[in-house]
Amino acid sequence: MAACMSANRSENAFSANDLVPEWAQEEVSTGTTIMAVEFDGGVVIGADSRTTTGAYIANRVTDKLTPIHDHIFCCRSGSAADTQAVADAVTYQLGFHSIELDEPPLVQTAANLFKQMCYRYREELMAGIIVAGWDKRKGGQVYTVPMGGMIVRQPVSVGGSGSSYIYGFMDSNYKPGMTKEECLHFCTQALTLAMERDGSSGGVARLAAITEDGVERRVVLGNQLPKFSNV
Amino acid sequence: MSSIGTGYDLSASTFSPDGRVFQVEYAMKAVENSSTAIGIRCKDGVVFGVEKLVLSKLYEQGSNKRIFNVDRHVGMAVAGLLADARSLSEVAREEASNFRSNYGHNIPLKHLSERVAMYVHAYTLYSAVRPFGCSFILGSYDQDDGPQLYMVDPSGISYGYWGCAIGKAKQAAKTEIEKLQMKDMTCRELVKEVAKIIYIVHDEVKDKAFELELSWVGEVTNGKHELVPKDVREEAEKYAKDSLEEEDDSDEENM
Repeated sequence: MAACMSANRSENAFSANDLVPEWAQEEVSTGTTIMAVEFDGGVVIGADSRTTTGAYIANRVTDKLTPIHDHIFCCRSGSAADTQAVADAVTYQLGFHSIELDEPPLVQTAANLFKQMCYRYREELMAGIIVAGWDKRKGGQVYTVPMGGMIVRQPVSVGGSGSSYIYGFMDSNYKPGMTKEECLHFCTQALTLAMERDGSSGGVARLAAITEDGVERRVVLGNQLPKFSNV
Repeated sequence: MSSIGTGYDLSASTFSPDGRVFQVEYAMKAVENSSTAIGIRCKDGVVFGVEKLVLSKLYEQGSNKRIFNVDRHVGMAVAGLLADARSLSEVAREEASNFRSNYGHNIPLKHLSERVAMYVHAYTLYSAVRPFGCSFILGSYDQDDGPQLYMVDPSGISYGYWGCAIGKAKQAAKTEIEKLQMKDMTCRELVKEVAKIIYIVHDEVKDKAFELELSWVGEVTNGKHELVPKDVREEAEKYAKDSLEEEDDSDEENM
């Protein structure tokens, strides 16, 4: 019933309201599958496209891959409102910082800004974010900032409610040193498997490849997703 | 060179008719009364040298440092009113620390010097405060940006340099610095040259005893700013003293 994306959801601050049916009390959530993979020369990021309010799919073509700067994106999971608000704030801060420094910003900087906000307001927020992008210093990087405000760099990272179902796939199929196309294929497969099993994930698979030359976005429509089961 | 700004020099919030802010110029004179400090950037690092005049034999050796650590990878050499310089080094330290806390990596030196310069400039705008009476040289080294050298003066401007000098013998020091091919030198070679320049510009007649403060940051220290180790320092001072004896017609200071 609840379109919650994580097992350790904190206690709801509001008590039951008799005036409004339960489904209308549900937060709009990007119960989700998101992921990001580093490769030599950039990163590939991917997400599903389902936003839910309870059992109702509020948006079936959501774009959860949000640009923060020219070569830095974030993948949003958790509360739609919280993640949009945090992403907007970080976009502003990073833009200002980049102008001050007169240099394109580092992915690590963007990830740290997310962390600062997510950690400071950890009690109020429900946001699990993956920050990924390319910069001149360290090339392609993926940083995961899960709920609570931790930050860690990983070569491949998955997040959202659907991620539980694809950890096995990720661990057994990820190889270091993949090319951009291999990464895109890997992400498409992983997202498909998650969308197949997680009720809160679905719709289309959105992908993006970020390199020094820019961002290349792709959409894999529902009927074009790879088929794993013959049923 | 000096001029009297009668009436227009009482506060930093007043311009003179010919467009000068005399308080800022007077602050720069305070720097010129102080002993010399130089900073030179080379291929793989930055070296600082300060001529620390010793006013009394009772002073403990090594006290009253004029080279500060602003961050692990940033050093600051100062000239002018030492108390003003100390307070600014605290400002610089806070800026560097806040930057790392907010953004997760070392502060780029250009940004740090601009921030501190902005702070110094703020004190040149109001009559309620006086400008800072010190100039300082900031130097850093990191893997990505390489060696960097910036100088900030009391007017609140920051410039990037390959080599610069501040204090009473800055003109003479600049002449010596210009003779060096610093872009091709390593830190180890440069340390000796820096010591030599300080010895050259030191005025034996007017200023008697002095202590040479040397520090460096670069590949040789793995990006950490620190005072030059004792053996390197002694070698540099020996080289400096020997070079002085050789040159009979060392260029004289105080043009």
